[in-house]
Amino acid sequence: MSGKDRIDIFPSRMAQTIMKARLKGAQTGRNLLKKKADALSMRFRQILRKIIETKTLMGEVMREAAFSLAEAKFAAGDFSTTVIQNVNKAQVKVRAKKDNVAGVTLPVFEHYQEGGDSYELTGLARGGEQLAKLKRNYAKAVELLVELASLQTSFVTLDEAIKITNRRVNAIEHVIIPRIERTLSYIITELDEREREEFYRLKKIQEKKKQLKEKSEKEIARRLAELGPMAEPVNLLMEETDEDLLFE
Amino acid sequence: MAGRAKLVAVIGDEDTCTGFLLSGVGELKKTRESNFLVVEKDTSIAEIEETFRGFLGRDDVGIILINQFVAEMIRHAIDAHVQSIPAVLEIPSKEHPYDASKDSILRRAEGMFSAEDFR
Repeated sequence: MSGKDRIDIFPSRMAQTIMKARLKGAQTGRNLLKKKADALSMRFRQILRKIIETKTLMGEVMREAAFSLAEAKFAAGDFSTTVIQNVNKAQVKVRAKKDNVAGVTLPVFEHYQEGGDSYELTGLARGGEQLAKLKRNYAKAVELLVELASLQTSFVTLDEAIKITNRRVNAIEHVIIPRIERTLSYIITELDEREREEFYRLKKIQEKKKQLKEKSEKEIARRLAELGPMAEPVNLLMEETDEDLLFE
Repeated sequence: MAGRAKLVAVIGDEDTCTGFLLSGVGELKKTRESNFLVVEKDTSIAEIEETFRGFLGRDDVGIILINQFVAEMIRHAIDAHVQSIPAVLEIPSKEHPYDASKDSILRRAEGMFSAEDFR
């Protein structure tokens, strides 16, 4: 994929150091995220197991509650319509609290009671005891169900969190780190190339200097031979032009 | 940090609703808005679905209890709900005992556990 290019940066020694530091940072980040994903997965599995247990338990509790409902109906007659008509304020409510697991906030339900029992007078005519038992059974069922609901919400939230974390881990591992590595190798190759060029240039200059030196030595030797044994050093005062003067 | 009080909504047959209402979760507001729906043989699927979506939209409903056979009728709406709140719980009814293989939430975790957990 052409999208996985390297980072555009001018190849220099400092850039190389910066890239190395970034690579280290990315690797550390990846390891930390991996650990977080592992912790979350473990918690996730725990919750899942608990959910299955609770659900089976709940099945039984509900069955018992339904049974006591049938009993109560038998004893007290059909009170369903009365019950449904007499609804006004809820006594049992739930509150959402926040719980924190490995950096992820999970919602937890807490059930609490408020106000009195509005169905206190319902079983007064007949079947009061069955009705009281029924109320108790259903209250127990509600508690269990609230707990189950907390587990379920944690489950769903954790599922999302794990997916996100795994996505980030994969992104770092398969996109960010290869990109930085590619940039690093590019910088190193460029620097090596530049060194080689420097080296080559130096060598060439040295050669040229050597050639120049040989040439001038040959000149001097020739002139010496022309002048013969009367070799005199150069007389500065006899020189007409001074090469140190830039402007004449 | 406790949030605002939230209600427990119930969508189920007459017996289920009666039982839960007796335990005190039912509420009827002054605007004739209730947090429960009694599903009878002639209740239309559209009405059930509408009530379900209504509960999802309300911010004072924390948990929705729904009989499993009713959940089957609006399975697509339940599967589409992926937020954590309100929590949708499937409960058995007198005629239909609890079937774990139909539960939306457990199906999401398919493949993560073996069948022996379903003892």
